Amino acid sequence: MKLAPQDNVAVALRALRAGETVMLEGTAHIVDRDIAVGHKLAARTIAPGETIVKYNCPIGVATQPIPAGACVHTHNVASSYLPTYTLPK
Amino acid sequence: MLQGFLRADGRKGIRNVLVVAYLVECAHHVAREIATPFRERGVHLIGFPGCYPNAYALAMMEKLCTHPNVGGALLVSLGCEGFDKRQLAKVVEASGRPARMLGIQDAGGTRRTIDAGREWVERTLATLTTHAPVAMRADELVVGTICGGSDATSGLTANPAMGIAFDLLLADGAAAIFEETGELIGMEHLMAARAANAALGLELKRTVAKAAEYYATLGYASFAPGNADGGLTTIEEKSLGAYAKSGQAKIAGIIKPGIAPPRKGLYLLDVVPDGEVRFGFPNINDNAEIVELIACGSHVILFSTGRGSVVGSAIAPVVKVCANPETWQRMQDDMDIDAGRILEGRATLPEVGREIYDLIGRVANGEPTRSEALGHQEFILTYKSFEPLGPACLPAH
Repeated sequence: MKLAPQDNVAVALRALRAGETVMLEGTAHIVDRDIAVGHKLAARTIAPGETIVKYNCPIGVATQPIPAGACVHTHNVASSYLPTYTLPK
Repeated sequence: MLQGFLRADGRKGIRNVLVVAYLVECAHHVAREIATPFRERGVHLIGFPGCYPNAYALAMMEKLCTHPNVGGALLVSLGCEGFDKRQLAKVVEASGRPARMLGIQDAGGTRRTIDAGREWVERTLATLTTHAPVAMRADELVVGTICGGSDATSGLTANPAMGIAFDLLLADGAAAIFEETGELIGMEHLMAARAANAALGLELKRTVAKAAEYYATLGYASFAPGNADGGLTTIEEKSLGAYAKSGQAKIAGIIKPGIAPPRKGLYLLDVVPDGEVRFGFPNINDNAEIVELIACGSHVILFSTGRGSVVGSAIAPVVKVCANPETWQRMQDDMDIDAGRILEGRATLPEVGREIYDLIGRVANGEPTRSEALGHQEFILTYKSFEPLGPACLPAH
């Protein structure tokens, strides 16, 4: 679901599997990787440098092109303030 | 109708605990040994580990030992530490509470101090049980809020539901405190628009800018790897969720650790130290923030968690609001409220907000929270330094 009409990302209300087709506002999108509950997917194609908008708030900037339906997370988005710290996998 | 324990300063507490406080790490073991046999009887261990003097730590200990939920205090000193124990003892005694200071070097070592301490605690507990509660109004309540172990569900369920509970409490005339300016980075413009006046709005923006600069110097945002595993991508996204805890009310002012809200309303607690970075991370973990909320007079703490935190606190009950339905399935024994039902479509945000509000009333009247029932009494206090509040931080009504 999208939290606000202006958003370019949607939130998964259930776990989604890679390759699954999801309907978002009447459009079918193919999910590019497993997406856990609460994680984000692109609601439309997002260009590099574009601001990611969730609940009508800027939450970061795309670092690469993101196709509609693709998972939106630390691999393709960076903070405008402070870098995100994750442990090595 | 609520019930509370009346203190000499007119404030009322929703618990009547006895604190045993060590004034340097060297007295920690002795203080813990004194308190442990009385753990189930409302005796809580608090303390400050450092041996160097620090005005912030002294002020925090003064506020904590004279918190409305505290009925008496035993101070345990080694004897040679830098903490200003006489000043602390003077403040606790002046508050009308039973107070006693034991010096381990004077008392003759570990065993003698433990014996003397336990004897004092036993005697004082007997007097505390004769303390009859009095009627307490909802507008005498101070509630603090924090999130910990956040994930992407926190901002969708638990945090906005707590915001609704905050709005209900504020409508009753209570004071509510939200915090962690480092987790409001990116929200400064929205927050400034809710300020009681323009000057306060400017201060709110300054407070967040200070936090961003502080964390930038340290090289990390207030963002744990688990936050990213839970679907939060950036500090701004974490902030967006954290900000939802504050509800919809106007922001009445900014306070700093140890300063009680001067009147009813919604306050931002500025937890990031002033001046150059000196003692490290502003709050090294969630309990450091909880302790600061309590030192501002919070009777009860609302704690939202997505990944699943289990902590409670000394002095004030912690209400755990679980944001994630999967976490609830695994850890419901630790949780007070199942806000993940909102995600599953089994409850609405206003319903869960009302549920939290109702539970606060019951907890204020003595119902133990899950963390209290499980014996959680976490406490941590470290070094910090603050300048006094600026004149624009607390506008007159």
